[in-house]
Amino acid sequence: MWQNPTAMNILDDSVQLISATCPACGLLCDDLLVSNSTRISVKNGCQKSQIFFTQAASNTSPSMFGVDCDLDLAVKAAAKILHVSNHPLFAGLGTEVQGMRSVMALAEKTGATLDHMHSESTVRNTLAMQNSGWQTTTLTEVKNRADLIVAIGTDIVTSHPRFFEKLVWNADNLFNKTTPEVIFLGATGNTSAGISPDGHTPTVVAAETQDLPAIMSALNAMAHNKKLDAHEIAGVRLTELKAVLEKIKAAKYAVIVWSAGCLKITHAELTVQSITQLIATLNENTRVTGLPLNSGDGDSSINNTSAWLSGYPTRNRFNVHQRGGEFSYDTYHFSTQQQLNNCDALLWISTFNAYTPPSGVAPTIVIGHPDMQFTQAPDVFIPVGIPGLDHAGTMFRMDSSVALPLKSLRKQALPTLSDVLRQIETLLA
Amino acid sequence: MITQLKNGKLYDPTNGKDGVVQDIYIRGGRIIAKPSSTEEISHTVDLSGKVVMAGAIDMHSHIGGGKINIARMMLPEFQESRRYSEPEAHICSPNCSHHATPSTTETGFRYIEMGYTAAFEPAMMPINARQAHLEMADTPMIDKGGYAMLGNDDYFLRLLAAGKDQKAINDYVAWTLHATQAIGIKVVNAGGISAFKFNQRKLDLDEAHSYYQVSARDILKSLSRAVYDLGIAKPLHVHCNNLGAAGNFETTLKTIEAADGLPMHLTHIQFHSYGTEGDRKFSSAAAEIAQAINNHKNISADVGQILFGQTVTASGDSMMQQINAKHANPKKSVIMDIECDAGCGVVPFKYRDQNFVNALQWAIGLEIFLSVNDPWRIFLTTDHPNGAPFTSYPHLIRLLMDKSFRNEAFAKLNLDAQAMSNLKSLAREYSLYEIAIMTRAGPAKLIGMHDRGHLGVGAGADIAVYNEQEDREVMFSKPAYVFKDGEMVVQAGKVVKVTWGATYTAKPEFDIGVEQDLKQYFDRYHTIQLANFKIDATEISQDGRGRIIVSKQHPIRS
Repeated sequence: MWQNPTAMNILDDSVQLISATCPACGLLCDDLLVSNSTRISVKNGCQKSQIFFTQAASNTSPSMFGVDCDLDLAVKAAAKILHVSNHPLFAGLGTEVQGMRSVMALAEKTGATLDHMHSESTVRNTLAMQNSGWQTTTLTEVKNRADLIVAIGTDIVTSHPRFFEKLVWNADNLFNKTTPEVIFLGATGNTSAGISPDGHTPTVVAAETQDLPAIMSALNAMAHNKKLDAHEIAGVRLTELKAVLEKIKAAKYAVIVWSAGCLKITHAELTVQSITQLIATLNENTRVTGLPLNSGDGDSSINNTSAWLSGYPTRNRFNVHQRGGEFSYDTYHFSTQQQLNNCDALLWISTFNAYTPPSGVAPTIVIGHPDMQFTQAPDVFIPVGIPGLDHAGTMFRMDSSVALPLKSLRKQALPTLSDVLRQIETLLA
Repeated sequence: MITQLKNGKLYDPTNGKDGVVQDIYIRGGRIIAKPSSTEEISHTVDLSGKVVMAGAIDMHSHIGGGKINIARMMLPEFQESRRYSEPEAHICSPNCSHHATPSTTETGFRYIEMGYTAAFEPAMMPINARQAHLEMADTPMIDKGGYAMLGNDDYFLRLLAAGKDQKAINDYVAWTLHATQAIGIKVVNAGGISAFKFNQRKLDLDEAHSYYQVSARDILKSLSRAVYDLGIAKPLHVHCNNLGAAGNFETTLKTIEAADGLPMHLTHIQFHSYGTEGDRKFSSAAAEIAQAINNHKNISADVGQILFGQTVTASGDSMMQQINAKHANPKKSVIMDIECDAGCGVVPFKYRDQNFVNALQWAIGLEIFLSVNDPWRIFLTTDHPNGAPFTSYPHLIRLLMDKSFRNEAFAKLNLDAQAMSNLKSLAREYSLYEIAIMTRAGPAKLIGMHDRGHLGVGAGADIAVYNEQEDREVMFSKPAYVFKDGEMVVQAGKVVKVTWGATYTAKPEFDIGVEQDLKQYFDRYHTIQLANFKIDATEISQDGRGRIIVSKQHPIRS
């Protein structure tokens, strides 16, 4: 029945295997086989999925200031904090579609500001897209069409481990294309992932992330046939850049990959825009397209859900007291960093990973992963199930075009995030 | 519990009622015959002097799925636009909202507040159908459904190129309807979206796709045959090749011929009715197109009227949107290739009444409305939000019903455009009965919603009640009452009760054996499992709000 029978041989035949979708990164691989025996094991997975599916649930009791309590009491305490708050901040937001629907409903009731834990990265892409748009592609197109992969400022595999295995080194494709050539431009990390199964090594153009703005500008200038009065840009020989550009032009379907999360430089949105403009320019004559990598923890899911429910992606706010209630949007002022100092309550949500909230002075409610360990116990902590492991859900892939069901794989007594948020909302009614 | 709606003036074309004063009785969400004298009437609403129609049905409106959400993300400035009226659009009244990218909540509310009780997402990419259903599930008040896009997906193109028989195509089409919970099938720029991925920039009806060596005509013939053979009520929904290009009316005429007598619906036909006459090589071919529709009883069309102001065009047609992106206003666009399934292009547009092309587009749409004789085969749409937001329908209805209002608006347009249009010579004014056909009875019949779009006994009690007013825009903007499944949900144009509609689907019989080949295809070439591609009905009903209605279709004909 399964595509990869060898994967099954590793496991004991008596163990029941379930196909699962892995939310540990934006590739959202759904070809995993997970056993639901006493100790979960994973086949077809990567290191990230191993960690995800085999995590324990150590801290299953709700608590207040570090002291265990029952769920009812914790929910009441959380509702009380939100009831007296005028400017609550809902941050973290590590959840999927159904969780985000509940978050939005509670935000509407409480006038909350919403920000995702990885917005700092996401916003770099959003700002570029809102300024000039972009041309992008999706994973199945990459798998079947790409004959050139250009990774800018990222090794891809640190954040998306199976990228090359699934989408670049695949033997089967629809159009009998050749194995793609790989170029790393300014990659930090593990470029050896770009060595093809038959030993073909990738082109690596070494450059620091901080030099990417200059390099992208040079590539754009050359794409417009401008003559550059220099032999090198940021230490990279012009001939080397010219060779990269010619390869992109010559490709039938070049895919340019970048990771907003890796572009840790000031005004990185301008570098993203440089990349998307290069793609737009070259698309006048040939097919070149972009593939932005996401950062994870449901970023793609919550921004999509937020957009259709409020009209805006995150870093938005429901203005409960204005004009009968409307959302507003501000990628700068509504950041967690800015709002930590202004909010009078923090609701921190992280269900996929045991990430704890940033420290602030406002009363803090934490709803999320049962393995969270706090250095400073929050006012209220409510552990909830992990989507895709403890309960079902729906999650968007990094390319936003595909949403997949997540499964419930183990028996857990923990409530879902939505259960808890609905209970809080009911108390606020 | 019986509700009596008393003394309303009924416009119910399905049952041949043209302004007949008659009572309506509702029980359990349905219209019933007059109860016997022993049965108690629990509630009576006096509708004396009011116009009563079935709830309106928008058969083509981009309300769910990736494209509009991309538009929302790219255009946060649009959310502000509902707060002020556009000075540019002086032809539109304040009732003409220019909010092109409403949230799902707002979409449901604005529809029901105009008396619309159903809307259909016409471009549901199969791979993106889950998102479309998630968004539609969050759209309150109205019923909904989607047409699944085929004809640019590599699975279908491989079948066609390999010369597989019609049965194989039919099984795949039927399987797609089931897998995506759709009610119809749409083709967008047949073959063109796929060809664009191979760097082809144009594909005419008889031009070969550079890789598959099949033509758009081959694709349309195969899919329209499949839809007919399977007994699907909704004819194949066709977005013709060459959208927006001057001279494209010839492609449209050839497409009508290519239908070869089988049912075919040509969508947003205004965008496909352009000639190349005149100094600017852009002219109206509305007369030729209307004549062809009049002469081919198998053809229906919706107009895709443009109205002036800011909007955004969201289309599956990545090939043509790549070209249109040069005219983007504001200057930004998203063009995507998607999953060997289709693509999309999202390009903001500002239609200006003093722009020659835009002014003529406005006139061409109206010329088509007024020149197609049979209101059962022409439908009122703006291709929301591509021509204008759906909230401008009341304005459009007035343009159709009020000749002097129309001519006044026409006189304000770009003068060169006026010189190129015969609109002023078209004296026709739509009647309330004809409006009821094109917005209620017609769409219900076309889509196969047998118990909607009319007020006969047994119909679902989706009812819009309007105060009769000379200004039809004001009248249709703000119904006195709207009933959804028998419940009063709108009073004086405002929602008084929040409800959640159903999702209409078509589930024709087919040979499940098709899944064996599909499974192999997914395993070899796709990036998700076949099992996860399919949308289970429980995904739509799981939150207790949504539900699936399987609409009865014609018998299988093959």
